[in-house]
Amino acid sequence: MTNSIEEIGDARCILAIGTNTTDDHPIIALEIKKAIDKGGKLIVADPRKIDLVSRSHVWLRQRPGTDVALLMGMARVIVDEDLLDKAFIEERCENFEEFKDSLRSFDLNHVSEITGVPAAQIVEAARLYATHGPSSILYAMGITQHSHGTDNVMATANLAMLTGNIGKPSSGVNPLRGQNNVQGACDMGALPNVYPGYQGVAAPALVEKFEAAWACALPAEPGIVLTEMFHAMAEGRIKAVYLMGENPVLSDPDAKHIDEALGKLEFLIVQDIFLTETAQFADVVLPATSFAEKDGTFTNTERRVQRVHKALDPVGDSKPDWQIICDIARRMGAQGFDFANPSEIMEEIADVTPAYGGITYQRLDSGGLQWPCPFEDHPGTKYLHADIFVRGKGRFMPLEYKPPREEPDDDYPLILTTGRNSYQFHTGTMTRKSKGFDDMHGEEEVEINPQDAESLRIADGDKVQVSSRRGKVTTKAKITENSPKGVVFMTFHFAETRTNLLTNPALDPISKIPELKVCAVRVEKP
Amino acid sequence: MQVDTTTLTKTETDTITITIDGVEVKTTKGKRILEAALDNGIYIPNLCALRDIKLPTGACRLCQVQIEERRGTITACSEPAADGMVVHSNTPEVNELRRKILQIMLARHPSVCLTCHRRERCKPGDICLRLVSVTEDQCVLCPKNGRCELQRAVDFIGIEEQPYPYKSKGFPIEMDNPFIVRNNNLCILCGKCVRICQEVRGVEAISFNLRGYETYIGGAFGKTLSESGCKSCAACVDVCPVGALTEKNGRYAGLPDRVVTTICPYCGVGCQLNLEIKDEKIIRVVPDPEGPANKGQGCVKGKFGLDFVGHPDRLTTPLIKKNGQFVEASWGEALDLITAKLRNYRGDQFAAISSAKCTNEDNYVFQKFTRAVMGTNNIDHCARL
Repeated sequence: MTNSIEEIGDARCILAIGTNTTDDHPIIALEIKKAIDKGGKLIVADPRKIDLVSRSHVWLRQRPGTDVALLMGMARVIVDEDLLDKAFIEERCENFEEFKDSLRSFDLNHVSEITGVPAAQIVEAARLYATHGPSSILYAMGITQHSHGTDNVMATANLAMLTGNIGKPSSGVNPLRGQNNVQGACDMGALPNVYPGYQGVAAPALVEKFEAAWACALPAEPGIVLTEMFHAMAEGRIKAVYLMGENPVLSDPDAKHIDEALGKLEFLIVQDIFLTETAQFADVVLPATSFAEKDGTFTNTERRVQRVHKALDPVGDSKPDWQIICDIARRMGAQGFDFANPSEIMEEIADVTPAYGGITYQRLDSGGLQWPCPFEDHPGTKYLHADIFVRGKGRFMPLEYKPPREEPDDDYPLILTTGRNSYQFHTGTMTRKSKGFDDMHGEEEVEINPQDAESLRIADGDKVQVSSRRGKVTTKAKITENSPKGVVFMTFHFAETRTNLLTNPALDPISKIPELKVCAVRVEKP
Repeated sequence: MQVDTTTLTKTETDTITITIDGVEVKTTKGKRILEAALDNGIYIPNLCALRDIKLPTGACRLCQVQIEERRGTITACSEPAADGMVVHSNTPEVNELRRKILQIMLARHPSVCLTCHRRERCKPGDICLRLVSVTEDQCVLCPKNGRCELQRAVDFIGIEEQPYPYKSKGFPIEMDNPFIVRNNNLCILCGKCVRICQEVRGVEAISFNLRGYETYIGGAFGKTLSESGCKSCAACVDVCPVGALTEKNGRYAGLPDRVVTTICPYCGVGCQLNLEIKDEKIIRVVPDPEGPANKGQGCVKGKFGLDFVGHPDRLTTPLIKKNGQFVEASWGEALDLITAKLRNYRGDQFAAISSAKCTNEDNYVFQKFTRAVMGTNNIDHCARL
């Protein structure tokens, strides 16, 4: 997030796009409520009738995968009606003219045709967002999990720069991150192209820096991303994998391919707290401690580094992940893995990561610190890009609309979009082992619009088969207006119904994120 | 990078001093007397005050105090603190008033044990000399025993006799929600649950039903929790001052041995949670009011979804697959095998898949291992999924 969670409550306009905030980030939904209670306006853009819709002032029900058109359409209105922040664009941004040219192809009638949203609603939303500031954009995987996810994100950034809604309190472009420490894992360089602190592995100066810090030679080539790793495994290019605390067998698209890829490995280590579906493929399984049995830090969606305190002793012979990895490294003769505790690891992180430079365990005990926190008495940063963008000038990105990689046709006439339910989490490894959650939501359902259900002669609760070009699953139909006509919704929480057998592994060319939010399916009675 | 200093300067300029029971305390302009007292460790009995809500309820009337140069008594939850104010919160007069209020309250809340001098020595199952015949009337059998705000108020004010006979409300205990138990026989109608559900959570699943003597709190229009649109966030449980709303799981676990503050392992909000630990098990989870992101609020997953920690299926020992079957192994065996194998796969034939569930320290060490020891940048995690 460019801004902080508590700032959302003071926003005067919120554009929530591709986020089912009430279910997936309930605490952030409380901030949205605060903003509305204070007179703020809420624009919801979502194909599904999510909970937030009942509180919204404008609901843009776009067809899945048409966000670029929708957001560019809003930008077009803002430019045409001269609602833009000229001073901000002049002083802080670049490439505006090129961007403005690219708006030509987003005539409102055309946009309305692509998105299915009436032009008047797009105009209303654009006016609200541009004139009722500070305006804050909230988004989640509904924006990113597309074959053009990067374009979607750039479209939100364009909108924010166009109206000067960035670099000040209660504004910004705010991705709501779905895992407790997905921010931290990225910050720490658990990515193939960057070292900790987003320092590129391809930059010779940075390679040198880390070679000196770690006293070793480092590879010059960037690695490959998770989704590509499975192709490399299937093709035999990757032969050994060490996997910690993930369950790709359930979470990744085109699950059949994942099974095949893991099956081809010569050596697989899985380190987890349970024998997950993925761990079944392993040659060696290592027992790790859960969050409750270890010390450390998580970094939340607002970049706040917070202390995790050990509450219980490890179960059985399990050990903290860092300790297991260090043991293996030392046995392999490596230097630089002699940490006595996580606090010492944080000292090294602070040494090599500029944004974490001022972070120590002592300082974290009073409420955490938001990075960038470059030196010891730096108070942390509530919002980014205050006086200058990280890259200097904010660059407007001309965009074009690209349809989803797979669109409905005669064989697969419906769009499947996936997400979470408030009573389960991700692949269910944790919620399905806690009491009560399965009572609230214990099996997969495919949410289908009454009109689609009628034409398919499906009744509520019927057992149905959902199939795509990649696989099929059997599940129960739930007839609901929450799904628009032509779109069905499923979660991926249940090992019994592997929704990701259906999903499309098509990737965004830049971020390499799979298009989990749109694929074509057929629903029928088995 | 700009830092917001408005809060800092505000605290300095808006600090005021008031005197409560002879102690000078500092507070901020706009805070009410009750907040000022509680912030400074001075207990004023109260049952309906909610910190997150600006407009006080003023329903329980227990926080009455006397203010010098003001007539009568005033509720501390509603009265803003003013510089130089002198407050008396613990005088015989106010306590007598509070005693009467409590006695009336105890006519509809089990009280025999609250006022019994043998309470400290009483255990569940003891035969009571006072011939207490119904279980709901024994505080030692109440799930909130030892954590009850009403008990605390009664102990503070001191009630030796109960002039009004107790009459049970006769409600069945509502168990239909898998996480939350409602026992309306213990409800004192403070309204905290109703207000938090409406004003903070925006769910509006519970409300006051009926009127007057028959008033009770429950799902709107008499519905049960499950039928009322309740999201099971349990904000109501966290604010309930008595035993009316409790966590179903670990309901009778009693008081924790210790409390550990940590961060929720679910979504990216980073709620700070207080884990209540007893006999080396998590018995209860309470969202921390000091949590920077969540400010005392939580959701169903953070509040009730941590059972997995103590689940019997947890991995407790390394496993090595032999002939297609997992066999238990020692750390030595497992690590010897791993070390021997991994030596053959240095470079790009190796990949590490890290975790958005693990700590920064785990992730840092893992990527360092991948790059520095295995000699490849093939490391990623589920950021995209």
